[in-house]
Amino acid sequence: MRFQLLTIGAALWACSGSATAWEWRGEAGLEGRYFTAGPGSPGYWHNGSAYLQGQLLHEWNDRRDLFTFTPFYRIDENDNQRTHGDIRELMWIHVADQWESRIGIGKVFWGVTEGRHLVDIINQTDAVEQQDLESKLGQPMINLSMVRSWGTLDFYVLPGFRERTYTGVDGRPSLPLPIEPAAASYASSAEEKRIDGAVRWQHMFGSLQLALSHFSGTGREPLLLTNLVEFQYEPYYPVIEQSGIELQYLLGGWLFKAEAIRRSGNRFERAMHAADVGFEFTQPGLFGTGMDLGWIAEYLWEDRDDDFVSPFASDVLLGNRLTFNDIASTEVLWGLIWDPHSGDRIYTLESSRRFGSQWRATLEGQFYSQIDANPGRPSPLSVFSDEDMIQLEVIRYF
Amino acid sequence: MRKILAIMLTVFISNVCLAQAQTAEEKGLEIAREADRRGEGFGDYEASMKMVLSSRRGDRSERDLRVRTLEGKDGEGDKGLTIFDTPADVRGTALLSWSHADRDDDQWLYLPALKRVKTIASRSQSGAFMGSEFAFEDMRAQEVDKYTYKYLRDEPCGELTCFVFERYPQDKYSGYTRQVVWMDQAEYRVHKIDYYDRKQSLLKTLSVSEHGQYLERFWQPGRMEMVNHQTGKTTELLWSNYQFNTGLTESDFTQNSLMRVR
Repeated sequence: MRFQLLTIGAALWACSGSATAWEWRGEAGLEGRYFTAGPGSPGYWHNGSAYLQGQLLHEWNDRRDLFTFTPFYRIDENDNQRTHGDIRELMWIHVADQWESRIGIGKVFWGVTEGRHLVDIINQTDAVEQQDLESKLGQPMINLSMVRSWGTLDFYVLPGFRERTYTGVDGRPSLPLPIEPAAASYASSAEEKRIDGAVRWQHMFGSLQLALSHFSGTGREPLLLTNLVEFQYEPYYPVIEQSGIELQYLLGGWLFKAEAIRRSGNRFERAMHAADVGFEFTQPGLFGTGMDLGWIAEYLWEDRDDDFVSPFASDVLLGNRLTFNDIASTEVLWGLIWDPHSGDRIYTLESSRRFGSQWRATLEGQFYSQIDANPGRPSPLSVFSDEDMIQLEVIRYF
Repeated sequence: MRKILAIMLTVFISNVCLAQAQTAEEKGLEIAREADRRGEGFGDYEASMKMVLSSRRGDRSERDLRVRTLEGKDGEGDKGLTIFDTPADVRGTALLSWSHADRDDDQWLYLPALKRVKTIASRSQSGAFMGSEFAFEDMRAQEVDKYTYKYLRDEPCGELTCFVFERYPQDKYSGYTRQVVWMDQAEYRVHKIDYYDRKQSLLKTLSVSEHGQYLERFWQPGRMEMVNHQTGKTTELLWSNYQFNTGLTESDFTQNSLMRVR
């Protein structure tokens, strides 16, 4: 063991001495949350947490090869499930004349809309991280990418499935019953070892950007089955076929966006369809200042029978993004997701600014309103009704 | 002999007539075309840029960027990639742009934390670049057809003589109604630009200096200073490490390439 470490160390040293340098980067964040609606069932008003993320980079062969390693670890004051680590990236990217390969653990984003990321499916959601569900777990993959005159074509082989992370018994938001990830079951007999596959084609037709994709494998979104003996929810991961389309059209200051999916294969449900359609409009130099104001409006729709599975059956998203264009890169984004049928409203606020050259602070808020205002129709957002919170995070980059 | 004199006289007169027949608009366009022609054939280059932002009160902030440019072929516009190294919170962010002579440029911003490529709406091009006094449209390749021109006068600029001409952006979303350009007659290098906003008042002045010559042919600015007269803020761009013919290809300027920017 010691010999191996020495060898690796010597190899690293030898490489760092050559022209092709290794580079370390990192960031550390300290986060405080305050739950404005009360202590909830876990019984606390505020929660502290910290994370550390490193990144090791190495470029060689005249930038035709790139290696990245990005480990991540978070500790949480109350929730032992949120205290977790992950390898976000451990990837070798190679560029050849006619194609590119990306082999290892990594993250891939598909999509154009802001409200929901329907098409995005390669990575599992790291749901304990933030309530916006934007954080993802590193996914093992072999990705071949071809850029041609007829578009960009990507093939993915995805060996190894990542289970979704869930807040624990002492975490917030808390569910009526705890979720037991260890009791997860799969439609595939290979369980989490099933090899999934995906393909995506993307092309630009003037100002129109079109992407078509298909994923075949274990669905990233589990069903939560109720185990009344153990008093817990148990995730069930179906094998699905999901086809997606992304459209984006640029016209002057308008950016029209649409995403839609068809998902089938889950034996508990018929095929589902979902869409997110909207636009983003930017007014530069607002009121003669240097500020830009962006307007976001989207309509979210899906046809799943069970309201409880998805709160986004027919919702409207409205939001503004205010970019100050100042030295501190101050930004404010607020949004409202409104369900006209149930009256549910989710207000979100995200703002951030830089301090000095190495620090950034973000202030975020999530507020749930009119949840369960409609008697006799329980809202899928019921569990969030007492989870209003404001969050302050300070990040140091080094 | 008289015959030769007559011919010479005819030639001389016709030259004078031709010169007079050329309008100020034609002469302006001719200057812009000549400047563009002299810049042709560079192939590709990479450079480092330090951006120094100063407020009226004297607060300073610095950004480090790297720029890669590929010359467009067959009438296509240039392609550019700008990578942010500092401040640390935007490290790895990259801006990809494809300029087009006949339509709006395509621009994409890569956000490394989300691995997301976002399209920038063309109207945002009059917006500030990285909180600086440079707008996105000031940073992009200045294709000849993006403006109409009008020659004003010759004027001494330092030890040189400059053409002074106006150019009018054709992009209806441009933040400017006109720009007055000072360009030296010796090497067709830009020395100064006055930018007039949509209300026709003087908004900004760009001063360009410390030009360096590369490959014994191409001139590149070493220092660019933009002063905003309305806010008192300034932004300096300090260019260094110019490298030409580094072997960049089309594949270094695709949305795919953004994902391996470092």
